[in-house]
Amino acid sequence: MSGHTSNEMKAEASWGGKASPFSVSYGKLMMWFFLVSDALTFGGFLVAFGLTRYSYGGAWPIGEETFDALPFLSGSYPLAYVALMTFILIISSVTMVLAVEAGHRMDRKGVTKWLFATIIGGLVFIGSQAWEWSHFIHGTKFGRVELSDGSIATAKGKFGEIQSFEVVRPGAHYAGVGTLITNDNITQEDGDLMHAFQHAAAKRKLTGTAGAMMITLHDGTVAKVNKEADQDLQLIVKVPGNDHAVSSAADESTRISEEEGSVSLYYEALSKGNVVYGANLDENEYGPQTYGHFFFFVTGFHGFHVSIGIILNIVIFLNVLKGTYHRRGHYEMVEKGGLYWHFVDLVWVFVFTFFYLI
Amino acid sequence: MEERDDIIEYSLYNHHSEEEGKKQRKKIWKVTLILSIVTAVEVLFGAMVKQGSSMWLTVKVLFIVLTVIKAAYIVLTFMHLGDEKKTLKWIVLLPYLIFMIYLIFIGLTEGAALFPRM
Repeated sequence: MSGHTSNEMKAEASWGGKASPFSVSYGKLMMWFFLVSDALTFGGFLVAFGLTRYSYGGAWPIGEETFDALPFLSGSYPLAYVALMTFILIISSVTMVLAVEAGHRMDRKGVTKWLFATIIGGLVFIGSQAWEWSHFIHGTKFGRVELSDGSIATAKGKFGEIQSFEVVRPGAHYAGVGTLITNDNITQEDGDLMHAFQHAAAKRKLTGTAGAMMITLHDGTVAKVNKEADQDLQLIVKVPGNDHAVSSAADESTRISEEEGSVSLYYEALSKGNVVYGANLDENEYGPQTYGHFFFFVTGFHGFHVSIGIILNIVIFLNVLKGTYHRRGHYEMVEKGGLYWHFVDLVWVFVFTFFYLI
Repeated sequence: MEERDDIIEYSLYNHHSEEEGKKQRKKIWKVTLILSIVTAVEVLFGAMVKQGSSMWLTVKVLFIVLTVIKAAYIVLTFMHLGDEKKTLKWIVLLPYLIFMIYLIFIGLTEGAALFPRM
């Protein structure tokens, strides 16, 4: 890549003062200055994030425990999804730099092809982030519970499927004792079995112990929960209570296992309504409230940058199709858009490390 | 029609030949490979080494070093900052590094005193 900036300047390439500082065009220099200021903004966010995280010690969520889901699959795949997102963004950065290179050869076809690929990469990334946010907001099947001794724990394991609710005392919508409520005949208000179950748990409308739970639905119907048993339910203690110490992330034996009564502890908490599912700005199941704020704000601000980048790329793409830059004699606009796009990738590299890995 | 001078698109007409393009593309794919491998290594370590284990501090430092390496490849190669004039390179990097190193220093120094550790 050596060479292009040391070219002899043409008169029309100089700035108003008939000189071109640093042998670079005005637009490119200003783009660099903007990116420095934007990078300082993100740097400030990440340092603040690190500072806050440090002050919370062990209560802070751990990346590979929090982000281990994949679309359409159950089970644990630590970091696989965010790794995929990172890869997508890196590849879209590569297609962008290939578009810039094609522009230097005045290869309009090449620019069109690679810029189109970059836009698609950006859309795939932002779509992936939408899924990730949705998953983060809806949360896990188990949620986070506060145990009877005051300790706070997240849960790992295979959640036993809810098969049906069996009406014990009919309400307005579900008539007939013994009626089986399944996802086929559940009311819209209750959503689906899982949703109704979590809603009831959070509202103290779920009573009993594992295997013998009663649920009160929206219309007042009381029903017996037919649910498969959970498997390998482990409680990871995040905040210590009277009986349980904080689990070490390095040592799974410090989690509360089934032998140590994880199941009864968990369902006792559910029946008291001491459970949080998913995340919003008030609370989240993963860790301190501040964690949720930082997650939504920093990844959201980055996602906003990606969205702006996609729009810029589309505008530039349309101009490439129209031949604007070809007539102008150079494709420098692709370079300037490219600088912004690479910057977005650069920020993600840091967000990836500090939010997900460390 | 009078020519407008407020919409002049300044450029240095950075064109290059087919051969130069070939060389550049080779370099781009090389950097792509490096970035992919570094990311894969990071994910592997992230999934395998648990936080709080005896290895964790080493891995944490490794993550930061690898991240800076990735950042350097993106900025110097993809953003072509490595090919710009030396002065421009330092005008972009130096103020940023001064501010960030100071901010990180102050964050590390004050961080422990700001909040009681939970």
